[in-house]
Amino acid sequence: MAGMISSPHTHLRNSVTTAMLNVCYALIPGIAAHVYFFGSGLLINMTITIATALLTEAAILKLRKRPIKASLMDGSALVTAILIALSLPSMVPWWVPFIGTAFAMVFAKHLYGGLGQNPFNPAMVGFAVLLIAFPQEMTRWMPPQFLDIYHPTFIETLRYSLTGLLPAGYQLDALTMATPLDTMKIQLGLGQSVEAIQGSQAVMGKLAGMGWEWINLMFLLGGLWLIIKRIIGWQIPVAMLAGLTIMSLISFLVAPDSYASPLFHLLSGATMLGAFFIATDPVTASTTPRGRLIYGFCIGILIYIIRTWGGYPDAIAFAVLLMNMAVPTIDYYTQPRVFGHDKK
Amino acid sequence: MTRKLWHFHGGLKLKGHKQISITDSVDNTPIPAQLILPLQQHIGTPTVPIVQVGDKVKKGQVIATTQSMVSTPIHAPTSGIISAIEDHPVPHPSGLLAPCIIIDTDGQDEWFEQRETHSQFHLLEPEELRKLIRDAGIVGLGGAGFPSHIKLQPGQSKQVETLILNGAECEPWISCDALLMQQRPRDIIDGLHIMRHAIHASKCLIGIEDNKPKAIQALQDALTEDEKQHTEIVTIPTIYPTGSEKQLIKVLTGQEIPSDKLPIDIGVICHNVGTAAAIADAVIRGIPLISRYVTVTGTATQQPHNLNALFGTPMNFLLQRCDVQLDKMARLLLGGPMMGFKINNLNTPIIKTTNCLLTLKQEDVDDKQSALPCIRCSECAHVCPAQLLPQQLYWWSKAKDFDKVQDYNVFDCIECGCCAYVCPSHIPLVQYYRAAKTEIWQQERDKQKSDHARQRHEFRQHRTELKKLEDEQRRLKKKALLKKTQDVNTDETKKSAIEEAVSRVQEKKQQQTIEAKNTENLTGAQRKQIDEADARREQLKQDEDPN
Repeated sequence: MAGMISSPHTHLRNSVTTAMLNVCYALIPGIAAHVYFFGSGLLINMTITIATALLTEAAILKLRKRPIKASLMDGSALVTAILIALSLPSMVPWWVPFIGTAFAMVFAKHLYGGLGQNPFNPAMVGFAVLLIAFPQEMTRWMPPQFLDIYHPTFIETLRYSLTGLLPAGYQLDALTMATPLDTMKIQLGLGQSVEAIQGSQAVMGKLAGMGWEWINLMFLLGGLWLIIKRIIGWQIPVAMLAGLTIMSLISFLVAPDSYASPLFHLLSGATMLGAFFIATDPVTASTTPRGRLIYGFCIGILIYIIRTWGGYPDAIAFAVLLMNMAVPTIDYYTQPRVFGHDKK
Repeated sequence: MTRKLWHFHGGLKLKGHKQISITDSVDNTPIPAQLILPLQQHIGTPTVPIVQVGDKVKKGQVIATTQSMVSTPIHAPTSGIISAIEDHPVPHPSGLLAPCIIIDTDGQDEWFEQRETHSQFHLLEPEELRKLIRDAGIVGLGGAGFPSHIKLQPGQSKQVETLILNGAECEPWISCDALLMQQRPRDIIDGLHIMRHAIHASKCLIGIEDNKPKAIQALQDALTEDEKQHTEIVTIPTIYPTGSEKQLIKVLTGQEIPSDKLPIDIGVICHNVGTAAAIADAVIRGIPLISRYVTVTGTATQQPHNLNALFGTPMNFLLQRCDVQLDKMARLLLGGPMMGFKINNLNTPIIKTTNCLLTLKQEDVDDKQSALPCIRCSECAHVCPAQLLPQQLYWWSKAKDFDKVQDYNVFDCIECGCCAYVCPSHIPLVQYYRAAKTEIWQQERDKQKSDHARQRHEFRQHRTELKKLEDEQRRLKKKALLKKTQDVNTDETKKSAIEEAVSRVQEKKQQQTIEAKNTENLTGAQRKQIDEADARREQLKQDEDPN
C-alpha cells in the first residue's frame, strides 16, 4: 500500500507516539505522589523496567526483522514499563522488574505480533507472572514515609536492588508493612469491624490508607486530563468506577461493619491507576462505545469480588486480564447500528 | 424562523480555509486556444461524437450525444474547429487516458442557433422540462455528475415530499458553491422552482453550513414572500461531511435513507445549488451547460479565487491565472483535501464535475508513508458518519476476508475519509476499503461469469445425456421391431400376412376406378374423344386381365 496516494490528503497530525507520551505526562502527578509517600525505590524500578522494555523490544524486533526505530519510538513500550514499575513494591531485587518487563514484552506483546496484536494487557501479564512466581518479593510493601519506622535511603534502596544487601542491623520484615487493602482484608478476617480497623491502624490514613488516597487522587487528576485531551474515552473509567462503587455500596449498606465503604475502595490500591491507565489500554480493551461500558463495569465488579472474597488484596491485574478474554465476544455483540440499517 | 435540526453520528470540525478564495466577484476566464472535451463527463453511458475532425462548430452546438437514457449530450463551449478526436488525460483517479474531442477555438465565441427561451416555465409540462434539462447536458454539479433529468423523474408511484438543495459545501478549501450562492441567488431559486414544478414537490429546503453567512443572506434576500410559503433556507452546523447527501437529509429531515434505497424512496430528492443555477440557465435562457465555477486555491496558490471556466480548459491555464507556484506545489488535487484525488498531468481539462483545484505544498500533505499498526483506539469509529467500525473493516480488508468485510457493511462506507484523518497510526484506511470494494465487485463479476459458464456446461451435459437417452430408446425400439419381424416368419402369421396384403391390393384397385367429373354439357367432339379413350382403356384392361 505504501507509495500509493489516496484521499484524505490531510491529517489531524496526531500520532501513536503523541498519545503514548501524553499518557506518560498524565502519570507524572501520581508518580510524584508515589515517590513522596513511598520513597525513591519507584524511580529505581522504573529505570530498570524502561531499560529492559526498550532493550528487549529492540532485540525481538531485530529477531523478527522488523524496523526497530519506528517501533521503539511509538512509546508503547515506555507506557508498559512505567505501569509495571508502578505495580511493584519500592524495595525489590533488580531481577524482579527485569523478569516482569522482559516477560511482558516477549510473551505478552511480541509473540502475539507486537503492537496492536496482543489480546492481553502486557503490563498486567508481567505483573501477574511476578505475583505468582515471586509472592514474597511482590508483597513486601514499604510503609509510607511518615510512619515512625526506619526508611531506607536512596542509596540503601539501590544497593538492595542490585545486591540484595539490607541496611546494617535491619531485617527485611522490619522495613516492610502490609498495605491498607491487605490490612483491611486480614483484620476483617480476624473479626474486626471496619470502623475499628480504620480507627486503630495508622496505615489506614484518613480515607483509604495513608499515602494511597493521595496517590489515587493524583492518578484521577491525570486521568481526567487525558479524557479532556481526548486521549482516552470516558466510558471505561466511568463504568469501572461505577461497577466498583455499586458493588461496594450494596455491601456497605447491608453490613457496614464487615465491608469497607465505596470511598475506601475508590481511593485505595491501584483503583484510579487501573481505571484511567490500565483498563483503558486501547489494544486490549473493548472498542465499541457500549462494549466499553460493559467492559469497564465488569472490571469494576471483578475488582470488588476479588478484593473482598478472593485470595489477593488488590485485583486490578486479574480483573483486567479476565475481561481482556471477554473482549472479542463483547465487541461482537455490541456493534453499533449502521446508518440506514434497522436496529438489530 | 428556526427549524428543528438533527445530527448524524461522528463527523469532524475542520478548518475551512474558504474565505481566502471567496472574493467579491468571479473571474470570467478567457477562452483558451484549445479545449479538450472528454466524451464522458457524467455517470452513465459515454457519448458518441457527432462531429468530425475539420468540422467548424459554434458555441452551444451539440458535438457528442447518445440515445441512452442515463447520459447527457456534450456541447461546444465556444466556436472553433474540431482539430482531433483522440485519447487524452482526463480527470479520473486512475490517471488513464480517455477519448476526447479537441476544439481549436477561433475566439469569435459565436452562438450556434436561435436559443429556445422559456421565462414562463410553469406552463411547460414536466416531461418537456426534463427534455430541456437533458438536452442542455446538465448533470449533478456537486461532484458525482449523475444526469439530473433522471433524478427529476420520480416515477408514477413515488410522491416527492421534500426537494432539498445542497449548499453545504462541507469540504475545506472549496468555495465555488458559496460564491455561486452569493453571485447568483435568484438563478438558484429559479432553478429550484423549475425542479419543484417538474417533480411536484410539496416543499423545498436549501441547506447551507453556517460558515457561509454571505451566501445565506444573499439567498434570503432573493426569496420572495410568496416563495417563502414553500421554500426555506436552513442554516446548518458546519460539520464535515454534512454535504454528503445521506447526512444532509438526516440533518434536515431526521430521516435516514435505508442502506439499499435511494432518497426518493423516503420522498426526498436532493440536488446541488450549482445544478439549480444551470437548470435556470438552460430552461429560462436556453444556455446549455458549457462552463462552471471552479475554485483554485491552496497553500501553493498566490491568488486564490473562483473562476468561471469553460469546460475543456486545461487546468494549467487556470493555475497560471491564479499565480500558482508550480515549483513549490507538491500535489495538485481535484476536489477537496478529504475526498479529492491527485492530478498528475497539468494539461487535464476542467469538466462538468470539476469543483476545485487544490494546490498543496509538501508540508501540507500527509504522505502516510510511515503507517504504524492499528492500536484499536476506535477514534475512527468515533468519527464515522455511517456508524461503521472502520478498524474492523480495516482488519478484514487487510486479511482479504471479503465476506467479513461485507458483514461489517463496507458498502455503507461513503469514503469521506474521517477515519483516516484521525487515525493516530496514519493508516490509509479509505484506500483499504476502496481496494476491498473493487475486489468484491471483481469477484461478483467473476462469479457471474463462472456461473454463466457453469450453466452452459451443465446445459451441455444435460443435452448430451438427453441425446444418449434418446439414442438408447431408439436402439431399444429398433431392437423390439427387429424381434417382431423375426416373429412374423412363423407359418400361421405368414399366411394371414399374405392374405392381408392381397386384400390391401384389391382395395387399392377398387379405389383406382375413378368416377368421371364435369362430364355434363360436353361438345360432340369432346364426347367423341372421351369415348375413344374409354375404348382404348377397356382394350388395355382386357389385355392385362387374364380372367
